[in-house]
Amino acid sequence: MAEMTEQERHLVEWLSDMNEDDAFALAKKMLLEEGANPIRVLELCRNAMDIVGKRFEKGEYFLPELVLAGEMLENIGAIAKPLIKQAPGEEPKKLAKVLIGTVHGDLHDIGKNIVTFMLDINGFEVKDIGIDVPVKTFIDEISRFQPDVVGLSGFLTLAFDSMKETIEAIQDAGLRDKLKIMIGGGQVDETVRNYTGADAFGTNAMDAVSLCKNWIGVAA
Amino acid sequence: MTAPQTYVQTPAAKAAYDVRWQRIMDCVNLKQPDRMPTTMMATFWLAKYGGVSYRQLMYDYEKTKEISERAILEFEPDAPSPTILAIATGRALEAIDFKQLQWPGHGVRDDQPYQYLDREYMKPEEYDEFLFDPTGFYLQKYLPRVAGVFEGLEELPYLPGLHYFRLVASVRMFAKPRVRAALEKLMKAAEEVDIWAGHHADFTQRMAAQGYPMSYIATAVSPYDLLADYFRGATGMMKDLYRNKDKLLAMLEKAATFLVRQTLASSKAFGHPIVFIPVHWAPDAFMSDAQFKTFWWPTFRKMLIGLIDGGVIPMPLWEADCTKRLEVIRDIPAGKCIYWFERTDMVKAFEVLGDVVALRGNISPSLLTTGTPIEVDAAVRHLADNVFHKGGKLILDGAFGIPDETPVENVRAMFAAARKYAG
Repeated sequence: MAEMTEQERHLVEWLSDMNEDDAFALAKKMLLEEGANPIRVLELCRNAMDIVGKRFEKGEYFLPELVLAGEMLENIGAIAKPLIKQAPGEEPKKLAKVLIGTVHGDLHDIGKNIVTFMLDINGFEVKDIGIDVPVKTFIDEISRFQPDVVGLSGFLTLAFDSMKETIEAIQDAGLRDKLKIMIGGGQVDETVRNYTGADAFGTNAMDAVSLCKNWIGVAA
Repeated sequence: MTAPQTYVQTPAAKAAYDVRWQRIMDCVNLKQPDRMPTTMMATFWLAKYGGVSYRQLMYDYEKTKEISERAILEFEPDAPSPTILAIATGRALEAIDFKQLQWPGHGVRDDQPYQYLDREYMKPEEYDEFLFDPTGFYLQKYLPRVAGVFEGLEELPYLPGLHYFRLVASVRMFAKPRVRAALEKLMKAAEEVDIWAGHHADFTQRMAAQGYPMSYIATAVSPYDLLADYFRGATGMMKDLYRNKDKLLAMLEKAATFLVRQTLASSKAFGHPIVFIPVHWAPDAFMSDAQFKTFWWPTFRKMLIGLIDGGVIPMPLWEADCTKRLEVIRDIPAGKCIYWFERTDMVKAFEVLGDVVALRGNISPSLLTTGTPIEVDAAVRHLADNVFHKGGKLILDGAFGIPDETPVENVRAMFAAARKYAG
């Protein structure tokens, strides 16, 4: 990204250091009082989120930081986005499409939401279809959305069979060869990956980002 | 309710009971037991074993007792779990109109387990109110939010400060229509909950008469998990680590004190020293070492010490992988606790904690549900050879009991292997 002013550097630093109060006050001032370009402010936020992601990968940050970062981004986005007067097509191109949902029978969503957030800030177009998603809904959504990657989430052990059924149905619908499937959550491990027929499993949100980047040939 | 059945424990059954209990207590006391004890926490797996629906297990007390008894007599664990308290909860939940769970007939299908609804049950701006007067907060805010039977109690008078004629006059608030309705509903609900408790007592007495002590009866929660799971919700709590740090720490301190009082009372009422404490928010991946040492561990340690001093044997189930926490959670008196691990490498746990605590677990859920009996046998042998026979006071069980979908032959393989490789 272009050279940063001192003020911009502060915003990135405060966001990535979890200094929420100062970061939000500064972003608000830049957007509402100083007429800063909202696209530029969101770029700065993304820059800060990259730092957050790297600190997470290095084991310096954990779930609380991802959750707070997500909320800071959402709050600044709520001010910035209405100010964007952008012609269609100017939006940054997304890396790839990911469809994600918690498999049928399972109502858990905390892990799925964090994965969705991390994929989003890493440049993926993510469609989250919620919890307790029936097999047929996955098939219909895959047909419509044409994702490059499908993420199946599940916390309970009953999710093993739901994941297996969902993947078999994707296969039977003739959609399996066009996409990669990753699974994650709770008890998921290599044994479960093998059982369900998924391409890969992940144990945290950055695993999901790395898997997706590897599959589409972008340096993780 | 009909008078509870009385069971006679024969001398042979008493001897079997004593031997089984001694195995568990030898492990707690860090003495080598005569063989590796086994425990069995079977919940909705009993549906598969007994050929009934999850809903039946939750609602049909007699059927659930019968299936659970059959499983215990087949697998002969040294200490089973209090099945009725853990799963035959449908009527009690309905009676109080419990809102924090979805269960068969109430949001999930008849063949699905109950699932907790992670929500914000206390708002961030309510910390002060809770800190000032926890009981008032429960009566006026928390209880009506989590169970319909309490709706109306928020119209009770504010109790602190009542005095003299002000106190006398305030009594009329108990006749307000919504308060009166709540009290009437509560009394009816209490009768239903009492029936549930009666069936629990019947089940544990029936198993004791056949030589089986329970591996625990009372349950508790860590201060952090109490607030994260049952008050602030998962994401609310994570944000509070930054946004409401001081109030959160104050509330954790307060919770440690009242959790000790409540748990000691509950353990005493049940007449069983081992208290099961499922631990949700300690895993390595959930927070940094510094956050763990600031927010999670200090008040839990305080709680453990309080329970130990009160004669209780705490049994935390450290869910997920807690390998990085082992050195920290070692800091408790030796020979007083059972640490149950889920995904933490048990050999590593033994190396770090073997001289401090008994260990419980931890055959992998994915292996139990999708593996073969031969693989299960090998996993038990691995733990017997590398933990129990090396001096680890290991109580064998599934990583969090028997997963609901486990094929029965894998459960047979687990218990048979325990006898084959460790007495």
